[in-house]
Amino acid sequence: MSAEKTSQEPPFVWPELSGHFPALQRTVNAHRLVYLDTAATAQKPETVIRAEQAYYRDLNANVHRGIHTLAEEATAAYENCRTRVATLIEAPSPSSVVITRNATAAINLIARGLEHTLKPGDEIVLTEMEHHANLVPWIMLAARNGVVLRHIPITDGGELRLDALKELLSPKTRIVSLVHVSNVLGTINPVAEVAEAAHRAGAIVAVDAAQSVGHMPVSMKELGADLLVFSAHKCYGPMGLGFLAARPDLLDTMEPMEGGGEMINEVFLDRATWAEPPLKFEAGTPNVAAAAAFPAAIDYFENLGLDNVREHERMITQYALEKLAGLPGLVVFGPPDAARRGGLVSFHDPEVHPHDMATLLDQAGVAVRAGHHCAQPLHRRLGVVATTRASFGIYSTREDVDALCEGIRFARRYFS
Amino acid sequence: MSTSMLDQLYREVILDHHRHPRGRHELERIDIEESGLNPSCGDEVTLQFELDGDIIKDVAVIGRGCAVSTASGSMLAELVKGKTIEDARKIAEIFKRIMHGDDPPSEMDLGDLEALTGVRQFPVRVKCALLPWVTLLRAAVDASEKRAKVAGGEGEGSANGDG
Ligand SMILES: Cc1ncc(COP(=O)(O)O)c(C=O)c1O
Repeated sequence: MSAEKTSQEPPFVWPELSGHFPALQRTVNAHRLVYLDTAATAQKPETVIRAEQAYYRDLNANVHRGIHTLAEEATAAYENCRTRVATLIEAPSPSSVVITRNATAAINLIARGLEHTLKPGDEIVLTEMEHHANLVPWIMLAARNGVVLRHIPITDGGELRLDALKELLSPKTRIVSLVHVSNVLGTINPVAEVAEAAHRAGAIVAVDAAQSVGHMPVSMKELGADLLVFSAHKCYGPMGLGFLAARPDLLDTMEPMEGGGEMINEVFLDRATWAEPPLKFEAGTPNVAAAAAFPAAIDYFENLGLDNVREHERMITQYALEKLAGLPGLVVFGPPDAARRGGLVSFHDPEVHPHDMATLLDQAGVAVRAGHHCAQPLHRRLGVVATTRASFGIYSTREDVDALCEGIRFARRYFS
Repeated sequence: MSTSMLDQLYREVILDHHRHPRGRHELERIDIEESGLNPSCGDEVTLQFELDGDIIKDVAVIGRGCAVSTASGSMLAELVKGKTIEDARKIAEIFKRIMHGDDPPSEMDLGDLEALTGVRQFPVRVKCALLPWVTLLRAAVDASEKRAKVAGGEGEGSANGDG
């Protein structure tokens, strides 16, 4: 089951890996499943599924409460996840990693947690290419307390306009929050450069790494991120598990969003004091099974090597860009060079609407996503209501891309 | 590639409405306008009605959508023109129930709309077919509110005057 025997030589195509992913063994509409929706959620290797099962079979107990053996083992498994994540993303320490439900919950926690430090007129800088998860929590905050939202514009090629950033930053800027890899354009943003400018202006930097962790080496330190969020399910781990990693002093400053068990130090009938971070932010029983299983996902991509995983996705994306360019009239969004992109490609076909495209591709066993991908403002900027997106994972092959292109040709014939 | 399932969804009448949508013209006068959005995909449609009393004298359907929602809007334009708003509303109610699983009523001729029942085999696409019709339902509410206002106009005016 481990990926150790796998060739790690170029060109980094691992067709044998798909055998480790039970869902990929399915047939869909009498075709081999070609799963091109990893950006929505990645398929899980058998080892991760077994690890989650093993938690319920062998160990099921609540965390941080019992002093019996099962409770201690469950707590150790839960805390081990925190430690592994801290190492994975080069967070300051395990205790600077808060375990959440998903990336969305983590961004909401940042906005709520820092709210009391922000006053009307303070500015928060986002970008035009954000996922709704990194837009709506800030819109809600602005409605509550009068902070002003500003957005780094993008070029027609789908990259951040760093020249405009300089004009957006001022002493009023308190937070810059941006996506590392766009879930629509694929663009890998120059986060370190943005962070440097933001820090010079005295702002803190939050990074939405939902599309990058587990797909390329991601280091909080190298990115210059003061806060960083991601979801386990997009990097081969279980659903219902996400993370907020943050500078320890920020976690001290942040207010908890939810009150309840586990997040307290001392409770009286009319008042309470909070536990130290990270537990301060973890009210109630968490998804311990998912946390117990996520290290198996980390093992899986670390055995392959994150540099190799990245090279594989770059290569598949390059191949897809070349193949899609062979379809006349098809408009592909984002940078033209796979070296500046994560493992996904969104496109617009002037002849076939994305919904119809997705239905037709599904009949051929090809799973893609159609719609606005939770990025309506970005689609407005691109001048389309919806796009079709193919996204790749470690199991993706050139044959998958070929099946996609064959499906698009079929869809065009069908609607002509 | 298997096309039998697909042909259930995209019957020839649907493709025809998709290729040549009806109701894509400007109205002389717009009495009621209502827009609808499918938040899961961003598809949008705007319905405009020119009324003669309660009768829909003309209707325009403007939007950006997939083949299913475009065809459904086109069929709407064909079906409701010349009918009363109340009759159009009834068709919309019945069509909505059919798309959610009810059998089509035998006493009613749905015309081309019947072809859209194949969409039920693709549950995620049902809201594409319904987008123009739920928009019409909201337009019907607008129309009745407008009528109520006109009918109660004088009384309301004097009440306000007194206040
Ligand atoms: C860039 C980006 N940010 C945030 C999210 C939200 O992730 P989740 O739904 O797991 O909270 C996603 C997932 O769709 C994403 O692609």
